Amino acid sequence: MSNNVLYDAPGPRTRRNTLIASLLAGVLIIVGLYFFVFRPLQDHGQLSMQLWGPIIDPGNEYFSPLWDRMRDGWTATFKAAILALLASFIVGTGLAMLRAQLRANKGRRYDDRPRLLSAASYYGSMGASGISRVWVEFFRGLPVVVTLFLVGKIADNYLQWDPLWTVIVGLTLYNGVVIGEILRSGMAGLPTGQREAASAVGLSAGQSIRLVQLPQAFRIMLPALISQAVVIFKDTSLGGLIVGYEEALRVGRGIVEVLNNSLPMYLTVGIMYMAVCYALSKLAEYFQRRTRRSGLVAVAPAAAVSALELSIEASGEPIKEADIPAQARAPR
Amino acid sequence: MSILIDNFDLFANGLLGTIRLCLLAAVGSLLLGGLIAAFRVSPLPPLRALGTGYVTVFRNMPLTVVMFLSAFGLPPLGVNEASFLNVPGLNFLIPQLGNNAFFRFALIAIVLYTSAFVCEALRAGINAVPTGQAEAARSLGLTFTQNLRNVVLPQAWKFAVVPIGSVIIAMIKNSAIAGSFGVAGDLMYTSDVLVSQEGLPLLPVFLGLSGGYLLLTIPLGLFLDAVERRRAATIR
Repeated sequence: MSNNVLYDAPGPRTRRNTLIASLLAGVLIIVGLYFFVFRPLQDHGQLSMQLWGPIIDPGNEYFSPLWDRMRDGWTATFKAAILALLASFIVGTGLAMLRAQLRANKGRRYDDRPRLLSAASYYGSMGASGISRVWVEFFRGLPVVVTLFLVGKIADNYLQWDPLWTVIVGLTLYNGVVIGEILRSGMAGLPTGQREAASAVGLSAGQSIRLVQLPQAFRIMLPALISQAVVIFKDTSLGGLIVGYEEALRVGRGIVEVLNNSLPMYLTVGIMYMAVCYALSKLAEYFQRRTRRSGLVAVAPAAAVSALELSIEASGEPIKEADIPAQARAPR
Repeated sequence: MSILIDNFDLFANGLLGTIRLCLLAAVGSLLLGGLIAAFRVSPLPPLRALGTGYVTVFRNMPLTVVMFLSAFGLPPLGVNEASFLNVPGLNFLIPQLGNNAFFRFALIAIVLYTSAFVCEALRAGINAVPTGQAEAARSLGLTFTQNLRNVVLPQAWKFAVVPIGSVIIAMIKNSAIAGSFGVAGDLMYTSDVLVSQEGLPLLPVFLGLSGGYLLLTIPLGLFLDAVERRRAATIR
């Protein structure tokens, strides 16, 4: 915190005061944790080996069946997360390409075609543009819970397939659109020269998107895409809640019903989720630093960068388009 | 369509439940998030560590897990009904606070989860203020409080408002988890009951359900876009 906005570089007296206050605060925090976390746990017997034993004591009779089930649960979670991620990437990339293509088509007259065909192309592309826009706004605004609910009910009534597919389709409906928007805004944020150069060497709009814009968008938006992977991973826990997919949390729930150790079990599941998501978000940060260093995205306004970082990390909300040009407009 | 109209008051009630949950959760997470953000930018390392720990824990756990911990982990700790949230006066405006224990547990979970994100938004806003601004303020002889009140926070707010808005939109969407989890009396819960228990056809209920959420998320998103455009115009 040396060059913090809020504080000057500390002098000897401030350093001393900080040290004293830090010690005080540290003691206060430890005392607070003791009285407000440890004591309630202890007083209500939540630290007893009877509750924790099945989870941490290999000698416990429940230990190995519990972890066998947990392993199945996590396998299911990872399977759903990876498949949903793949599907969302495919859908998202397709959607981004489609929307960029339709955008490039805007205003094109299609004079090279017979009259009827040119009119059809013109209005067809206008209609497709509208439909894709509505599609994106619709599924971006819905909670994943709602898409999962919809797919789950349709599956119950008509499809009768494995809940795994329900989870994948439900998550893809939402995340495909979000990833599409991330890639689209990545392309929109590229310096105009990229597009101009592509058309100057004779690439068609589609080729320019495929060969020039999309690859760069992937690279710039890699941190955002990884953050979205974290969101997908976390959202698989909804699969157990809503459509009865046997993922880790639901397995944990089943174990709680038998062993009645709700707090230790859910804490364990939570900590395991945390470990995976933390590792993924560190990876995203690493790529972010690398992208920034590589000069592909200008470091320029710190504001835009951190605002971007945030809108990426905070919510999985697609980045506001305005953030990107701010960064990419002035490459150095 | 007639199903949608016949059950209009049910949907409206559910939407009202969602709005109430979200309003309370937004206020709660802004307050808690502000506090944690203050910890994270404080000059004292232990407080910073506490803030960082909080954010790491709650940002990396699915809200579903937080909700399980809140609803099933708190009662064994003696927080049986979370009735400390049954605030006199407030429970008159928001009856669920008084008569729905699950609503209170869901509220706790959403606040704990969302405040981690609010904290990050605020912190990034503060860090986005150019250091020169504060240095200039200090060289003019402004005290720490003056500096904070007149120079840093007004600018930090400008940087933070749109990310916080995105967090709130995500929170509104996340609040649906409460409804599919238990008797939260919100829009998702109402729709689930209508389909699963009353056996109404899926399509009209889905239209009502999604319409309700879009009614909340899309206008807020458009508003944020407008704010962002204005901000982008004034900053440069």
